[in-house]
Amino acid sequence: MTGRIVAVYGNMVIAEAPGQVVKNSVGYCCRSDGARLLCEVIRIRGRLTDLQVFEETRGLKVGDPVEFQKALLSVTLGPGLLGQIFDGLQNPLPQLAEKVGFFLEPGQYLPGLPLDRKWQFTPTAEVGQSVRPGQQLGTVPEGIFAHQIMAPFGLRESWRLESLSPAGEYTVDQEIATIINDSGEKRSVTMQQDWPVKVPLSVARRRLMPTDPLVTQVRIIDTMFPIVRGGTYCIPGPFGAGKTVLQQLTSRYAEVDVVIIAACGERAGEVVETIREFPTLTDPRTGKPLMERTIIICNTSAMPVAAREASVYTAATLGEYYRQMGLNVLLLADSTSRWAQAMREISGRLEEIPGDEAFPAYLESRIAGFYERAGQLELHSGEIGSLTIGGTVSPAGGNFEEPVTQGTLKVVGAFHGLSRARSDARRYPAIDPLESWTKYKGIIEPEKVARLRQLLRRGNEVQQMMTVVGEEGTSIEDFTTALKADFFDSVYLQQNAFDKVDAATPADRQKFVFDRVLGVCETPFEFATKDNARRAMVEVSDLFRNWNFAAQDSDEYKRILGDIEGFMEKHSAAEAANV
Amino acid sequence: MRKYYDHITRIAGNVVTVTASGIGYDELAILSGEKGSSLAQVIHLESDQVSLQVFSGTEGVSTGDRVRFLARPMQVPFSDQLLGRVFDGSGRPRDDRPQVEAEMINIGGPAVNPIRRRMPDQMVHTGIPMIDIFNSLVESQKLPIFSVAGEPYNELLARVGLQAKADVIILGGMGLRHDDYLKFRTAFEEGGVLGRSIMFVHTAADPVVEALIVPDLCLAVGEQFALQGKKVLVLLTDMTAFADALKEIAIIMEQIPSNRGYPGDLYTQMARRYEKAVDFDGAGSMTTLACVTMPGDDVTHPVPDNTGYITEGQFYLRNGRIEPFGSLSRLKQQVNGKTRDDHRAIMDSCIQLYAQCRESREKRDMGFEMSEWDDRLLKYGERFEKQIMDLSVNIPLFEALDRCWEILADCFEPAEIGIRRSIIEAHWPKELATEDAA
Ligand SMILES: Nc1ncnc2c1ncn2[C@@H]1O[C@H](COP(=O)(O)OP(=O)(O)OP(=O)(O)O)[C@@H](O)[C@H]1O
Ligand SMILES: [Mg+2]
Repeated sequence: MTGRIVAVYGNMVIAEAPGQVVKNSVGYCCRSDGARLLCEVIRIRGRLTDLQVFEETRGLKVGDPVEFQKALLSVTLGPGLLGQIFDGLQNPLPQLAEKVGFFLEPGQYLPGLPLDRKWQFTPTAEVGQSVRPGQQLGTVPEGIFAHQIMAPFGLRESWRLESLSPAGEYTVDQEIATIINDSGEKRSVTMQQDWPVKVPLSVARRRLMPTDPLVTQVRIIDTMFPIVRGGTYCIPGPFGAGKTVLQQLTSRYAEVDVVIIAACGERAGEVVETIREFPTLTDPRTGKPLMERTIIICNTSAMPVAAREASVYTAATLGEYYRQMGLNVLLLADSTSRWAQAMREISGRLEEIPGDEAFPAYLESRIAGFYERAGQLELHSGEIGSLTIGGTVSPAGGNFEEPVTQGTLKVVGAFHGLSRARSDARRYPAIDPLESWTKYKGIIEPEKVARLRQLLRRGNEVQQMMTVVGEEGTSIEDFTTALKADFFDSVYLQQNAFDKVDAATPADRQKFVFDRVLGVCETPFEFATKDNARRAMVEVSDLFRNWNFAAQDSDEYKRILGDIEGFMEKHSAAEAANV
Repeated sequence: MRKYYDHITRIAGNVVTVTASGIGYDELAILSGEKGSSLAQVIHLESDQVSLQVFSGTEGVSTGDRVRFLARPMQVPFSDQLLGRVFDGSGRPRDDRPQVEAEMINIGGPAVNPIRRRMPDQMVHTGIPMIDIFNSLVESQKLPIFSVAGEPYNELLARVGLQAKADVIILGGMGLRHDDYLKFRTAFEEGGVLGRSIMFVHTAADPVVEALIVPDLCLAVGEQFALQGKKVLVLLTDMTAFADALKEIAIIMEQIPSNRGYPGDLYTQMARRYEKAVDFDGAGSMTTLACVTMPGDDVTHPVPDNTGYITEGQFYLRNGRIEPFGSLSRLKQQVNGKTRDDHRAIMDSCIQLYAQCRESREKRDMGFEMSEWDDRLLKYGERFEKQIMDLSVNIPLFEALDRCWEILADCFEPAEIGIRRSIIEAHWPKELATEDAA
């Protein structure tokens, strides 16, 4: 069906449609030079439909045709997604670069999956068996996984497998099965299928309460504010506080099967870093290039705004797809504020009644709906798959009392709040250990963690008091408490992202180091003077810091561990002598 | 045949609405009437009502004026003849020389495909230790100088511009004072770079809409030079004036403001400009340094705040110095691991100690007793400020690093500075170490 443009305003077009229009269906605005610009129906008022255009609207005219389609904005699912770099609408960027060069010209679209690539298919279903939505029909090897070829997720009624192709090599658009329903209707099944991005994809026996810790190898997270597989968390913080670096670390070291990076309205340069580095890095868990477990969705700040809004949904859908295979998927969205701002821009153009800071009234429900797509599922096959979502938030002025941060805090399971004071003091990762929280249980007994959290709190109180009464007005016990809190902070909570060893601490090492740190913090040192206390704590901090830099079980590691034990002995001996 | 439209139906703020058909969004037009003619750009199409943003403002525009559409977006001529020239915010010569006749290029073109970007890895040496050691500037970086009005930000911009060894320097002035324009000119002349510089200057006296065009002109021209393989440096001052122009237009267009009157798309508008900074894979690069004056010295003001979220760090200019806290070059780790093995360690340690020194100063100012440790921190802070932070210090990177070691060794014991042993062993000044042992 073809309509006509009647108005153009920024990335919004109003078109007149002669017939039936489906909300959130896609269309193409046809520029007079032949370019077809993808758009989505976002509001219908009588014969007028409001379209958000996923491209610059430069050159569109009143009267230009709009081709309306029935399909909702969708992505293509199938083997060949891993390792790819897509824009927010699943256009593969490397292939676009080959086709059009340095710039992203409007109206250039390519299929998301490689169509010429052949996959080695192994059938796993039996002809005649019943077929559920998402039923596994076979597998193909994709990187390190057996990628499950699944029946269409949108199946309704009951279907049976009528035919299934034998083992062999097929492209994604070749028929590999046919299914038939009770009324004799037949459907052909290929290895690829489309799914609308704004509809959650979740076909399972039941949704589980997520409790398996997701180890990120960032100590302050795993120990103090853990996240779980299938859970959600957010990282709000002012600009430059370290949100992106933290997500980059997590994308490398998190113990999951698949990582989806959604670079949403942020800097292109940051994505380039990932794109260039990942193929050269190996995943220590598999020995394969990290890129093979990664999908990058890249809609950076200079790319069209409406596609930015779509990009987080694209990412979530790809994540859900791999979850259906019983894999653990981690989706990292940076930054959800840019996504919210895209909604705000569109809402402004629709002249909807604005809420706080001109965000639309439905902001909170959209945020909730997005995080709700995370979760751990018990699939019909009995396998367990999970999608974990971690989003950064970029609050205006670094003030968390704003709509996006507040809307997010209501729905997530963990809050990793970055503080300007910590990042200014280069205390990275700048997660505020007093403000942040989690609802999940991690790898270290909560009771031990609570003891050290208490120490941090006490240490902070003493610090504050000292700014009033000075060091001389502080007892040596309190003074030592403050030193211990600072010791815990600087040798354990802080972690050097740019050191090969310190950048990632596996769970076992965390537990081991944690106990040693706890040991130091709970030793009742009897220092004679504050200077002695400071010297001793400087000494032991220096030991632990160097220990963090030493490769696990290296000579250096063992030597420093010996030194630490020596230090502890010396001080407990001193203590014994005092008694 | 030239077609004119003369049915003007609305004049408000800088926007004129005319009845016309077959007009493309974003297209350029010429509005002419008694007061002369001006460029204008299509910003809204609704049936046969075409709204135009008039570059020179609408004072004196009459309903009897005529509009001619050019069937193309805003363009700028591009060739080597631009070098050494000065233009205004509409791209007209400002230097009494003829218009440049050359191939025209569109401004505000599409984004670069991230795949065609390189990872930046070339350090830009400035001779300013606060930049070179602590926040190295990197080719293709986009970096603003956050400053209060009255600080020498334009001088700093010009100084970095001169030291940066770029092939082409493009200055974009928005709301620039004429004196400041002359100062840049003089600095470029004296630095011998005038012949490879291009200036697009909008002064405070010019129509506000033209301030919006200046960055696009600079960046479109810069991008073309970069595609030719050149190293381009773009200097934009003052981006706050650009943002204020956006705000003014948005209010006239009755957009709902999001924060202190600024439109909701402020972030996107600024990001589209800053993101033009690029290191092309297989061509040249464009580095962008911008000045952002902070109204009321408030970083949480929407302009510096949104800028900080877009750029790759920022330099804070305060009391004539680049502040170590808050200043940040996010690309520094791409280059500072390859300069000298102690670069990163010095960078971290000096700042952490300086932070502690400030705490000690606070304690001292409140009249508390100073411990021996406080005294050493105070001594350190004073020397650090004088020998490293002062903007008049102009020394190469390695010399600056050596100077930091000397200061550290004068004030502290090796175990106190939080640097790993192997690096201390290699760099701790030797005579001092033996002195201590004795
Ligand atoms: N864990 C870390 N270790 C060392 N340096 C860090 C760490 N985290 C952040 N930094 C420093 O801070 C800079 C900014 O970090 P990052 O880009 O992650 O900030 P951000 O919070 O994402 O900011 P924005 O909101 O503007 O995107 C980095 O370039 C780096 O120099
Ligand atoms: Mg970031």
